[in-house]
Amino acid sequence: MKVGLFIPCYIDQFYPQVGIATLQLLQKLGCEVEYPQGQTCCGQPMANSGYEHLTHQCNTLFIKNFADYDYIVGPSGSCVLHIKDHLHDPAAEEKATGIRQRIYELTEFLTDVLKVTSLPARFPCKVGLHQSCHGQRGLALAQMSELVAPPFSKPEQLLRMVEGVELVPLDRQDECCGFGGTFCVTEEAVSVKMGKDRVADHVKHGAEVITGTDVSCLMHIEGILRRQHAGVKVMHIAEILNQNIHEQANS
Amino acid sequence: MNRQTADHATLADKFNQDEARVNWHDETLWWVRAKRDRIAWSIPEWEALRDTASRIKVNALGNLHDYLLQFEEQATRNGAVVHWAADAEEHNRIVTDILKKHGVQRIVKSKSMLTEECHLNPYLAANGIEVIDTDLGERIVQLAKEPPSHIVLPCIHKKKEEIGELFHEHLGTPAGNADPKFLTAAARQHLRKEFLQADAAITGVNFAVAETGEMVVCTNEGNADMGAHLATVHIACMGIEKIIPERKHLGVFLRLLARSATGQPITTYSSHFRQPRAGQELHIVLVDNGRSRQLGREDFRNSLKCIRCGACMNTCPVYRRSGGHSYHTAVAGPIGAILAPNLDMKDYADLPFASTLCGSCSNVCPVKIDIHQQLYKWRQVLVKEGHTTAAKTASMKIMSGVLSAPRTYKTAGKMGRWVMRAFPGMVNNRMNPWYKQREMPAPPAQSFSQWYEKNKKSS
Repeated sequence: MKVGLFIPCYIDQFYPQVGIATLQLLQKLGCEVEYPQGQTCCGQPMANSGYEHLTHQCNTLFIKNFADYDYIVGPSGSCVLHIKDHLHDPAAEEKATGIRQRIYELTEFLTDVLKVTSLPARFPCKVGLHQSCHGQRGLALAQMSELVAPPFSKPEQLLRMVEGVELVPLDRQDECCGFGGTFCVTEEAVSVKMGKDRVADHVKHGAEVITGTDVSCLMHIEGILRRQHAGVKVMHIAEILNQNIHEQANS
Repeated sequence: MNRQTADHATLADKFNQDEARVNWHDETLWWVRAKRDRIAWSIPEWEALRDTASRIKVNALGNLHDYLLQFEEQATRNGAVVHWAADAEEHNRIVTDILKKHGVQRIVKSKSMLTEECHLNPYLAANGIEVIDTDLGERIVQLAKEPPSHIVLPCIHKKKEEIGELFHEHLGTPAGNADPKFLTAAARQHLRKEFLQADAAITGVNFAVAETGEMVVCTNEGNADMGAHLATVHIACMGIEKIIPERKHLGVFLRLLARSATGQPITTYSSHFRQPRAGQELHIVLVDNGRSRQLGREDFRNSLKCIRCGACMNTCPVYRRSGGHSYHTAVAGPIGAILAPNLDMKDYADLPFASTLCGSCSNVCPVKIDIHQQLYKWRQVLVKEGHTTAAKTASMKIMSGVLSAPRTYKTAGKMGRWVMRAFPGMVNNRMNPWYKQREMPAPPAQSFSQWYEKNKKSS
């Protein structure tokens, strides 16, 4: 199984540790993983701003980088959803369709494709899980509070495999954090207020670490936490699932 | 007609100056959302019900022309007079003409978002006709000289103390009394007089049944009934999308409407108006006002399925923290943001951007409108039609250029991170809206791609 590792631009530039954890975790679970060096961005920042027509070259590039892999896996529900919903190229539509069908967000790849049932990880900590909207409502990574349907959560299922993780309950299990792409600067006041309210819910319930499947939301949440000197850490779920492996690598 | 010039972001920023009030507004509406959740969960077939409602509406919209003619024929047979209005102006003129013909100077009106959309009240006022809104929430905002901030809960932005002050000023209640029961009783006394004196009543319409020519009006206060049963002229104003094919379909919609709106099993009054009583005139005004145009937009057609329950507003994390008035249109919130650009792209170009595209609206919608997908699609249309700024277009082109060329991207990233580390003041300043209330991410010395290049063989 050859996996193409999709590391979104802002993770590449600002959160390399998330890319490293994702890579190591997939390798640990037996995948042959490659990171195509020519990759940049899924095109979502332009598309969500109303400029989807400017994403053509990003699409072409994405297809060029990822068309040959059995699976494409990325540690970001939002970017993966964008590719799933919007990757097209009139010159290579068949390849685009193949990618849209074979791209996975990391946690759904672990639960649905690798069918992971146990992880050799340990992380003794009180953890708050932030359900990022695009992963949850877009990719259906977890049951949504609005729908009358049986409960499930792929990220939670994985976190429960990690020894020592204590998941804290939240008052609002899946409210948006307010990042929203360019929304975070164009609607600064509401964006920050939404973020502050999310953070308060986690802090109130004693979370020591806030985790999630999307670094974009976590970057926003982290920015607020650091401004508040809250002392609560933010980690991508890959970093927690990879904890033990990381320690072994260092020792 | 008062057009606000400020956009959603500016008005939302103003709303957020008072954080305690934002908290109160958010929690009040979240409480309604939670109530909706509980009652939805009490019906095991909830999702099937939503699906059925959606299909009925798709059928109604797909055959709207035929159903409207059927409705007109049945309603006329029942003794009603049916009028057709192409736009808001024509609607207002028709209503005014009917009232003038009867020499009416004072009317009572139950809740109708359509008349808000058409700005009927100021039009009638300019024609010397006084309108008394009889829905309690609408009466409150009318006394405050404000538009409703929510389609179901028009005065949800007002605290009971503020309502007490308003009533003291306008209805003569004792100063400082903000007891909801007392204030409601005072409003009932005041409105009763208005009901008895009014010569004509205007109501909205929740559902118009093509099969029978009857209309159903849902209220919790019985004010539509009080108005329509006492007045000698009843004018019912409705958008053409209110049509449902058959009477039996009400069994689906009435179960969904109140549950989605307020978490009640059903509205207190679901009144059927079929024919005028002896000596009364019943007029029905069917209003297009852009609906045919929206019906022709394939991507946005199904926004017309909306039954105006307001659930999308209650769940919207942006609406709850920006208030209904920040949308500067009659129908606020997510549904308003996909309806308003159809009315005027230039005036409402900001609204589809007043969202994080979180998708909660689409999930609560009882008729399964893909609201957040339509927000995304409106953004594309608005930009293509030129309702954007040159600066935004330029920055998007630069971004697209950088992200389309891997080498440029890598160099730009490396330089950017170096600048952030060497001269943090370049980004950590007042010009950067991110930094105003958030720290920037700490820029690492090497990117993932640089790390991978060095470590891939050993990893």
